Amino acid sequence: MNAPAYNFAYLDEQTKRMIRRAILKAIAIPGYQVPFASREMPMPYGWGTGGVQVTAAILGPEDVLKVIDQGSDDTTNAISIRKFFGKTAGVATTTSTVDATVIQTRHRIPEAPLHGGQILVYQVPIPEPLRFLEPRETETRRMHALGEYGLMHVKLYEDIARFGHIATSYAYPVKVNARYVMDPSPTPKFDNPKMDNCPALQLFGAGREKRIYAIPPYTTVVSLDFEDHPFTRYRFDAPCALCGAGDSYLDEIVIDDQGGRMFVCSDTDYCEGRQSAGHRGSESAAPHKERAHG
Amino acid sequence: MAEPQSLSQDNDQPLLVADNLGKNYGRLTACRDVSFALYPGEVLAVVGESGSGKSTLLQLLSAQLAPSAGRVSYRMRDGVLRDLEALGEAERRFLFRTDWGYVHQDPALGLRMAVSAGANVGERLMAVGWNHYGRIRDTASSWLERVEIDTGRIDDAPRTYSGGMRQRLQIARNLVTEPRLVFMDEPTGGLDVSVQARLLDLMRNLVSELGLAAVVVTHDLAVARLLSHRVMVMKGGLVIETGLTDQVLDDPREPYTQLLVSSILPA
Repeated sequence: MNAPAYNFAYLDEQTKRMIRRAILKAIAIPGYQVPFASREMPMPYGWGTGGVQVTAAILGPEDVLKVIDQGSDDTTNAISIRKFFGKTAGVATTTSTVDATVIQTRHRIPEAPLHGGQILVYQVPIPEPLRFLEPRETETRRMHALGEYGLMHVKLYEDIARFGHIATSYAYPVKVNARYVMDPSPTPKFDNPKMDNCPALQLFGAGREKRIYAIPPYTTVVSLDFEDHPFTRYRFDAPCALCGAGDSYLDEIVIDDQGGRMFVCSDTDYCEGRQSAGHRGSESAAPHKERAHG
Repeated sequence: MAEPQSLSQDNDQPLLVADNLGKNYGRLTACRDVSFALYPGEVLAVVGESGSGKSTLLQLLSAQLAPSAGRVSYRMRDGVLRDLEALGEAERRFLFRTDWGYVHQDPALGLRMAVSAGANVGERLMAVGWNHYGRIRDTASSWLERVEIDTGRIDDAPRTYSGGMRQRLQIARNLVTEPRLVFMDEPTGGLDVSVQARLLDLMRNLVSELGLAAVVVTHDLAVARLLSHRVMVMKGGLVIETGLTDQVLDDPREPYTQLLVSSILPA
């Protein structure tokens, strides 16, 4: 017996064709949620079963894969998925944003600008931006079809009425190509402007909800807002404690039970790149030795 | 949009026309052969006992149900009378949230109970493209004032409101886009008499101030007497009597109408 245990990239070819067809349709109608026959994957829902299926469908032997979870290359989720494709597809893996051709992500867009030819695959828990405002799926689909998006502003109105500003800080609704309102998966709204006019192809896969949607390269993506309460990015007002970056999205890390905390880049590749280039923050120990290996 | 001048000319032409309207559910006939014309600024009450086809008729008129026979036409803002069935779904829904209002008997059906009162009123404005928080909020609070809700409660969700307040909020939500036609399904049902009186008074004032046309479905003849210009009496799915409100209620012709009128409890 020398037959391989799995087909290349785990999924069988018919399934990949089905997913690719959904992806092509999604690219043709930017922001529209295309239903697809989501498969059982060898990992639980919530771990990125949608993203994994999209990645499996687009991966070729020449691709270089990077997987991040909350910006980090070395968390359980990222390592598991990277190993999964290392094993089932034998593709090269990397932690470098620039070198990767396919980046599967959960909750972040890398800090380093993406370039043409790259594909960013998002893991999506809830693809429907109107879900918590209008519970009927039949009704939300009709609203998408007819472009009735007044309700989306009701959510933002509620934020301002309650908190004085638009307090939605992640999964911030966007309008894609001036047509469909889309949930950008739970990325922080800090990342929203990166989706606009991005040279890379962005694909979104929701496994449990069985939906795929996409933003083709160089598509306008506008974050919804009010004239008198415009969209603003949000980031903690501190430099990264390890690399001193003042422009990256930060994680807040509690370091003791006395209220001590530190802020570090959520994008580990970006942070390590800066550290190896000699940038230092307040907390960084002298020459940084550790590096995540794919 | 019609100029004010042409609007006044349009007053001679009907706003809503029902033509031999009927609806069957299988072998069951909910209503049939209903024909009438509603003119701008006119309030028509549809009265009758439970099961007489009132609610079905209201749903037919507001294009929520497709008729089995006949048709409903509506004069759009451009002055053209159009068959509602021939409108696309997008157009029909747009009409429903701009030029029309629909007041449900149960405010929970017409309101978003978990969303603040201000957003409930503002939703229709945002749906037609208002994009300025301050202006939406000002408009919402002026409407709350008009329906006598304390503006201090603009950020409270309607589920914290009393029944009467909910009903008034529902009216504000419907009127904010200045519709020309409002459908009301038992608007005072389930409210106690003093709250009913206040609501009726408010509705009568708003209807005359705004020059609204309205179709009010009710089994309460007092509501019909207070609000409406004309009354249509239904029984078994048929319109059995129609006329001016005082004429029908003070001098009913049909035995059934006489029965209805005589069953009002003396105050």
